[in-house]
Amino acid sequence: MRSWLRSMQRILPRPSAAHLIPLIACLYVGVIILLPALEVVAGAFAKGLAPFLENFQSEELRSAVLLTLRCTLIAVPANTIFGLAAATAIARRQFPGKALLLSVIDLPFSISPVVVGLMLVLLYSPTNGLLGGIVSSLGWQIIFSWPGMALATIIVTFPFMAREVIPLLEEEGWDQEEAARTLGASDWQVFWKVTLPSVRWAVLYGLILTTARALGEFGAVAVVSGNIAGQTQTLPLFVEDAYKQYDTELAYGAALVLAGVGLVSLLLKLFVEQMLGGLREGEPMG
Amino acid sequence: MSWSWRITWLYLALVLFLPLGALALKAAAVGPVQFWQLATTPEALATYRISFGLALLAALVNGVFGVVIAWALVRCQFPGRRLLDSLIDLPFALPTAVAGLALAAIYSTNGWLGAPLLALFGLKVSFTWLGVAIAMVFISLPFVVRSVEPVLEALEVDQEEAAWCLGASSRQTLLKVVLPQLMPAILAGVAQGYSRAVGEYGSVVMISSNVPFRDLITPTLIIQKLEEYDFASATVIGMVMLLFSLLSLMVINGLQVWGRNWEANPPQGV
Repeated sequence: MRSWLRSMQRILPRPSAAHLIPLIACLYVGVIILLPALEVVAGAFAKGLAPFLENFQSEELRSAVLLTLRCTLIAVPANTIFGLAAATAIARRQFPGKALLLSVIDLPFSISPVVVGLMLVLLYSPTNGLLGGIVSSLGWQIIFSWPGMALATIIVTFPFMAREVIPLLEEEGWDQEEAARTLGASDWQVFWKVTLPSVRWAVLYGLILTTARALGEFGAVAVVSGNIAGQTQTLPLFVEDAYKQYDTELAYGAALVLAGVGLVSLLLKLFVEQMLGGLREGEPMG
Repeated sequence: MSWSWRITWLYLALVLFLPLGALALKAAAVGPVQFWQLATTPEALATYRISFGLALLAALVNGVFGVVIAWALVRCQFPGRRLLDSLIDLPFALPTAVAGLALAAIYSTNGWLGAPLLALFGLKVSFTWLGVAIAMVFISLPFVVRSVEPVLEALEVDQEEAAWCLGASSRQTLLKVVLPQLMPAILAGVAQGYSRAVGEYGSVVMISSNVPFRDLITPTLIIQKLEEYDFASATVIGMVMLLFSLLSLMVINGLQVWGRNWEANPPQGV
């Protein structure tokens, strides 16, 4: 035993800071991040594949998927238009208050999602909202209904696109656009044929981040939804509800779908980062 | 006025300024005396202690480990480095409800980590304040790593070698040469993580038992007040959180400016 230990010591290098640091880093990330990710997979398939697939016959789960998709399909195009408009308006202009305006656009990242939901309730609630009277007289329902949830999704995700495209446009400068304009192109043509292609990877990056966050948003949507199963429940709300009702398998089934979406977005993000040439590498998604 | 400029302001007005204005007006309508009363009820104060206190704990823990991880990613070569790099972003990619579900399960009394922790130390994590802290650690981990990484990459090894040649020990080199230069980035990351952890709802609500005075966080209290139709309390506590967000945004911006100046002209003696 002794001699074995001694020979091992000769083969293995002595533990030093150079080994300790990666070891601590991997252990910490393993316990804090990797274990929870594995738990989702293990929980979803705890009883095998068949019960996992059976989950998808649940009417409520299907309606949750559809509602999540609806909110995302509203929020992502709206925020893409805003992000591109804001980027072309702000990026290449110098004006007083530019830094402040950029901070304002980033504001939703600093506000708690629950406060975002609260703001919408205080604005549109038929009983207590600032515009509640107008909304009711028009016959609209915003709170406890999908328009409010889509709006909540829009607010928490709108900074992504602008903040990805603005720095890239700032770097590129005006030369190509000016050349196009001298050659007789209209504003619209310049935007479609020159500006947009030059920032296409940043736009794709912004799309991935916006979509991933929109599909997974919880707090803001929870406040305005009223959480009615089969009606105003998105997939993340469904996970929480099923878990609270001790319907663990259903909760894990829905959670695995969401985790899969998260993983795909992470892989796409890595791919686009390579395409951007490491320009924006290492920037957090949130 | 160009089209893009008009779209930007119209969108910001509808989507951001109008809701912000509703919260500010409703909070102003409460009146200063009642605002102070509702903002400082024993129940609200207890949630501030839990939210702001545990978020600080989580941010500081990540402040230490975030630097270690960034160091491993930038300065060390080891198998699995790229995997480690990708895993760091997982807390942003994984929807918070999923993270909450997984964390609550792992740290429950019969979970992978919860069972040994209970058997060995008698610690209960899920459905206690410890669980809330763990969820906050999970959600705020990427910020410090991603804030420190680029600064560490830009750091020149020359300086460390110079310090070594002049006879400094590795500890002295670390404490007097490297850490001071990383400090603005570390603080900015800690502040970002702190701000995120204070506002976090999805993952925390699933691992907390949501009992007032024990592990109820401020965002959950706002939702409870809304469910009780106590709009005044919800508005006031929401305004407190909004003011905190604005303050932390200013602090983070300040730290980032400080960091940029620091890089441009490092102070003498460092």
